[in-house]
Amino acid sequence: MALSRDEITEKVREALVDALGVDENEVIPTARIGTDLGAESIDYLDIVFRLEKAFSIKIPRGDLFPDNILTSDEFVQNGKLTEKGVAELKARMPYADLTQFIKNPTVQDIADLFTVDMIVRYVEAKLAGTTA
Amino acid sequence: MRWIWIDKFIEFESGRRAVSVKNVTLAEEHLHDHVPGYPVHPPTLMIEGMAQTGGILVGEAYDFKEKVILAKVTRATFHRHVVPGDQIRFEATVVGEIRPEGASIEGRITCNGDLVADIQMMFAHLDQSRAPQEVGDDNFVFTEDFIRMLRMRQLSQLKPPGPSEGK
Repeated sequence: MALSRDEITEKVREALVDALGVDENEVIPTARIGTDLGAESIDYLDIVFRLEKAFSIKIPRGDLFPDNILTSDEFVQNGKLTEKGVAELKARMPYADLTQFIKNPTVQDIADLFTVDMIVRYVEAKLAGTTA
Repeated sequence: MRWIWIDKFIEFESGRRAVSVKNVTLAEEHLHDHVPGYPVHPPTLMIEGMAQTGGILVGEAYDFKEKVILAKVTRATFHRHVVPGDQIRFEATVVGEIRPEGASIEGRITCNGDLVADIQMMFAHLDQSRAPQEVGDDNFVFTEDFIRMLRMRQLSQLKPPGPSEGK
């Protein structure tokens, strides 16, 4: 039987609490993985491992946390994403809420797109078979 | 001299699981200095022993071509002391599978079947997470001398335990 959103949220919360050593009550939907929960680079891989185990899914490299969008001049100029860059980001992160970000798409704000809610939506899409 | 805190591997299942042991003896200087008057093997060195067991397990899966570094000790819980005369058994099991970026290891340390510690740690493949110019080509983790020593210790000849031997 398919997991409900609440069940997915609970398992995601558990994975983040274990990976990051944060309190359960800190893991709210809007919490940003890096800025609010203190994740460092290796923690993202830890989170991927835990989600794969918790949901019995495979998460290819760069699928949940895209890691190579910023290396192209086509996508980034003067510290901001170009139109093509924004389109690429939308295509790579269909589960992220870009509403605020696209008003001023600076590179340094990309990390703030990685929220608890984004992970929940990613897992939800993954379980429904709608992501790669 | 290389900083090595395991004596030998007794089981090795490529990419999945490895078991090593270390014999603890009063001849080791650090036992006298850690808690003066009460010789115990420091837990921090057991974390290092587990990191070496897990690190070699992860490194062997890519034929020691990657620079495998301990990136994170997610959890380490110790339940009892280890004293001279004990043989420490380090059991490292890969969580899921080893990925191009690195691996997560579930570690269990025992002495004579008693649980000493359970540890979870992560290893990163350095070249996958840093620009090549930052780390260079030289594999400072698995040096030629180190690989030669592992071969001398017959790491490659170890087989996974049969069904009746496995625990």
